Amino acid sequence: MDLDTNEVVVVFRVNIGGLMKAIYLLFFTAVIGWQPVAYSAALINGAGATFPYPLYSKWFAEYQKVDPEVRINYQSIGSGGGIRQFLEKTVDFGASDAPMTDEQLSKASVPVVHIPTVLGAVVLTYNVPGVEQGLKLSGEVVAYIFLGKVTKWNDSRITALNHGIKLPETDILVVHRSDGSGTTGIFTDYLSKVSAEWKTKTGSGTAVNWPVGLGGKGNEGVAGLIKQTPGSIGYVELIYAKNNSLNYAFLKNKAGNVIEPNTKTVTAAAAGVVKSMPADFRVSITNADGKEAYPISGFTYLLVYKNMPKGKGEGIVKFLRWAMKGGQSYAEPLYYAPLPTALLTKVNAKIDEISVK
Amino acid sequence: MYCKDIKLNNREVHRGDHVFSLALKLSAIGLAVLLGLVGIFLFRAALPAIHTQGLRFVTSSVWDPVQDVYGAMPVIYGTVVSSFLAIVIATPLSIGVALFLTEIAPRSIGRVVGFLVEMLAAIPSVVYGLWGIFVLAPWLRRVVEPALGKTLGFLPFFQGPPYGVGMLAAGIILAIMITPTISSISRELFNSIPHIQREGAIAIGATRWEMMRLTVLTSSKRGIIGATILGLGRALGETMAVTMVIGNRHEVSASLFAPGATMASIIANEYAEATSDMHLSALLGVGLALFLVNFTISSIARIFISRGFRWGAIRNGAKG
Repeated sequence: MDLDTNEVVVVFRVNIGGLMKAIYLLFFTAVIGWQPVAYSAALINGAGATFPYPLYSKWFAEYQKVDPEVRINYQSIGSGGGIRQFLEKTVDFGASDAPMTDEQLSKASVPVVHIPTVLGAVVLTYNVPGVEQGLKLSGEVVAYIFLGKVTKWNDSRITALNHGIKLPETDILVVHRSDGSGTTGIFTDYLSKVSAEWKTKTGSGTAVNWPVGLGGKGNEGVAGLIKQTPGSIGYVELIYAKNNSLNYAFLKNKAGNVIEPNTKTVTAAAAGVVKSMPADFRVSITNADGKEAYPISGFTYLLVYKNMPKGKGEGIVKFLRWAMKGGQSYAEPLYYAPLPTALLTKVNAKIDEISVK
Repeated sequence: MYCKDIKLNNREVHRGDHVFSLALKLSAIGLAVLLGLVGIFLFRAALPAIHTQGLRFVTSSVWDPVQDVYGAMPVIYGTVVSSFLAIVIATPLSIGVALFLTEIAPRSIGRVVGFLVEMLAAIPSVVYGLWGIFVLAPWLRRVVEPALGKTLGFLPFFQGPPYGVGMLAAGIILAIMITPTISSISRELFNSIPHIQREGAIAIGATRWEMMRLTVLTSSKRGIIGATILGLGRALGETMAVTMVIGNRHEVSASLFAPGATMASIIANEYAEATSDMHLSALLGVGLALFLVNFTISSIARIFISRGFRWGAIRNGAKG
């Protein structure tokens, strides 16, 4: 139908003649040539978290090869914006590093499904002259540092964990994220679990009232400040630390083992909670049980509506199935931790519950 | 088909002129309406925060999104201090640049240097920010701040540990960013002063500096103030570069070495991930405060500039 009307317009313009009309002709020809391609594929819009964006953009590009019928357009505007747009139904799916809170869920007019996609981790990176990779820290000590109670690098509470490493008597400069972020959310959630004082004094959230320290914007801002300032310590995403070869600390986990952060130990943290996982997957896995579990990690989620219209809904469900299968193999090369196998079964069962009408 | 001339207020007006003036009026009114709507939007969005926080919103210095407590005092302070610092550094620098370009430099060099100064305005602020983190801040931390602390450390402005990033770094970055604005306007002002005045001053025995002071600077004083206030307006709203070098700490500190935060930086930092309604509302409340401060400053600039030009014209008329 569209094609017919456009052609009629073109004929009409040409009859009038003139240069402008020739341009119109060109324009409409372009429109006619372009339209069928655009309308044959379902265009799905999503928005949200920036943290999984590198993986998601890879996924959407790869999925297009698997299923050319579906085109997914994702805007990495941040988890907060993703949840807001999802609640306002201006997108077909949302994405968030933290699960929606009960308060946010109560605002949703339709049932919401959380789909965990991969795991991310937060590492402590530092600039201590003479100390390379692998400074050992415990949750308690990290909390003390970020509370401003451990202020020197040669504090006995740090040296007790690091026999054989000579630590200088310099001041510790704490660097944190100044922008609200899921990374801060996971990190402060961890500190709240390992330190009662942190929990009452500061608490957890994407942006908190930091007791001490400087704020850098984004992972790059934090890393930039740390590189420039001897004696500093801060936190960044594991992916960012790996890609930029930053030094990072090994952490003592709940079981008492000192764990190097990598995709395996992060997946191990998730494996520890699969059994006790609530049906809606809304769970924090920081300070997880498990011998090999790295303690500061978390899921990142896609948010979808439980009831979706036919065209787009089918596209989203098919994509989610693929993400739980073939998609998982793209995670590790990008330093995201894939979901443990036991969890994949649970997530697939959840995807089956989504109804498409 | 139709009469080309129509009657308006008993005057024959060409129809085209009438349509044209209507179109212009519409766009002018549209702009004013748009500004009003922005203000109304900000006020309505900020209302919940203003309502629950009350006067504490502008007097308290605790900004804690976890507890839903929002005090914008440190960011208002940070905006005002960093912008003021920028003005203190940039104004003499810009006037110097403009004087050099109009009065001292040969025309060919003046043109090239003038172009280069204006190019500073074309550099994206994120580039200024990166330069700030990797070049300016380390230099401040290693060289400038220890030296200032040693020599002027008795003043409260130069105390505390040198971090590099902080209020001083933000002020310097802003100064560089607003220099093109102030110097370009000053240059235009200086160029608009008739040559005969300069020649007159030289003729009655003034030195070159006296000539500049008497004819150039005195008659463009108001204009320079206007230019400075325009630069200040830009400094108040600058976001990215400041966010990257100010250290983002919500504290009021007299020391320029200490980290701070500005109204624009806190919005840029926290808006994307603000999930609670009150947090969002508080950020928009900060936006409203910034809007009001900017609005006031721009109004003052307009008054100064219009007066400055009129003054110049009267003087030139009387003397010329």
